[in-house]
Amino acid sequence: MIISIASGKGGTGKTTVATNLAVSIGSNVQLLDCDVEEPNSHLFIRPVFEHTETITTPVPEVDESKCTLCGKCGEICQFKAIVVIGNTVLPFEELCHSCGGCMRVCPVGAIKEKGRVLGIIQKGRRNGLEFINGTLRISEAMSPPLIRKVRSFSRQGAVTIIDAPPGTSCPVITSMKGADFVLLVTEPTPFGLHDLQLAVGAVRILGIPCGLVINRSDMGDDKVSKYAAQESIPIMMEIPFDRAIAEAYSRGELIVERMPEWRERFIGLYRRIKDIADNKE
Amino acid sequence: MKELVVISGKGGTGKTSLVAAFASLAENMVLCDADVDAADLHLIMNPDVRKRFDFQGGHKAIIKKDRCTQCNLCRELCRWNAIDEDFLVDPIQCEGCGVCCYFCPEKAIDFPLNTCGEWFISDTRFGPMVHARLGIAEENSGKLVTLVRREAKNLAETKNLGLILTDGAPGVGCPVIASIGGANAVLVVTEPTVSGIHDMERVVQLADFFKIRAVVCVNKYDLNPVKSREVEEYAGQKGIGFLGRIPFDPIFTKAMVQGRNIFEYDSRSEVCDAVRQIWEKVNQKILS
Repeated sequence: MIISIASGKGGTGKTTVATNLAVSIGSNVQLLDCDVEEPNSHLFIRPVFEHTETITTPVPEVDESKCTLCGKCGEICQFKAIVVIGNTVLPFEELCHSCGGCMRVCPVGAIKEKGRVLGIIQKGRRNGLEFINGTLRISEAMSPPLIRKVRSFSRQGAVTIIDAPPGTSCPVITSMKGADFVLLVTEPTPFGLHDLQLAVGAVRILGIPCGLVINRSDMGDDKVSKYAAQESIPIMMEIPFDRAIAEAYSRGELIVERMPEWRERFIGLYRRIKDIADNKE
Repeated sequence: MKELVVISGKGGTGKTSLVAAFASLAENMVLCDADVDAADLHLIMNPDVRKRFDFQGGHKAIIKKDRCTQCNLCRELCRWNAIDEDFLVDPIQCEGCGVCCYFCPEKAIDFPLNTCGEWFISDTRFGPMVHARLGIAEENSGKLVTLVRREAKNLAETKNLGLILTDGAPGVGCPVIASIGGANAVLVVTEPTVSGIHDMERVVQLADFFKIRAVVCVNKYDLNPVKSREVEEYAGQKGIGFLGRIPFDPIFTKAMVQGRNIFEYDSRSEVCDAVRQIWEKVNQKILS
């Protein structure tokens, strides 16, 4: 089962929920941190990393001795990532989306592919928990291919928890697509509600069941709860603002370790997710 | 004309609340919301939309059933697995590369422009504002950010306004890269947490890569004074300006619930003093 933890708005507590859930629910669990622009789960899980891999995406490399400057590569490219100017052909590899069109269209076979580094993937463990994250190379713009790579580590038969990036555009969709359940973490404020509505829109496009966690549930107003009721989205957990939780978070501590009474609540949360995903609720 | 872009790396550190507060202190300014994916500044600014435009950010493939012979070439060429066994294109998976359309032997694939958002020029009680809305599950956020910033600049020039105050997106990827290019400086708003510091370091590296000056301030500093000092030490080591600390205060949330900024809510509060001091430093170090 794949559970994706998303939010729309940033800083609502995705990583807190994903990490505490992952360490609470027993064996055969994986945590995939798909927020590759700003991965944070490892700061709380503190895994022992066993494996690091550099991930690349294919981009064109032109053999100028074969190139006839016909310009077909520039014509097919939708991303202005390769152009013929005067007597030379210029690939702009950072703009390339790796579609392979230029290589295929080249009539003289002057284009091969080489790799552009997207970032790294790290694999590790914390006791029984399997942990994988991706870290986007600084100045790399495209996160979805690296997110897809992190997701490729998802194992059949395991409980896979995904810590998704904020927002509602391509990186988030890449982190939610194919999940069995999306847990949306929000806060009861106008920003929280607005971005939650966008996130719910994205989840509905994908047709995945979802539920809410309301963090800092006593700071703000009741509009998120009203929205949830109106849209029939179950509220799965509420976490009140507690300075002790905020301080523990600031130091990189898990709530369930600092306050063991929370472990049962995260186990309960998991059971309810499972019931909904299995169509029992 | 100067442009200050407020970013953070980590989400939820207070970028938008701070930009909204600065709006009360800045003069001759255009507001620009470059967080087009989850834009929130309008919730405080309550903009009066004057002009509305469609944003067309790219193309999407559509297979014309009547011409398709199901030769399967498009499915072999598509690197996004966007075409299913029934030769239907999944618009969410389609990257808009056009390879299928180009090579289809039957010319059975259309490749129309995709309207994937809209953008606005508005008036607010603090001055003009340029903002946008990327459609849900759409791509090309970087292009829309670039467009919104360019329009904010045009507007500032037309109206002879000396400052663009830009609210950026979280992260370090495509929309953030598009938010910061050519700005005079970025103000990184962080929080005194392991995540806040980790993400601040990455976004400062990003600004450094693009040779854009970065300055830092820390919000909710009293939630962990030790980590706050780490932020200051980091700024010292990197030789980037540390502009100040803002205490944790539910006023930010209370003001937001009323659709106001913190100055409109209670201008004599401690947080307002802290924000005023940061703004003075922005003026001294960057805008003058």
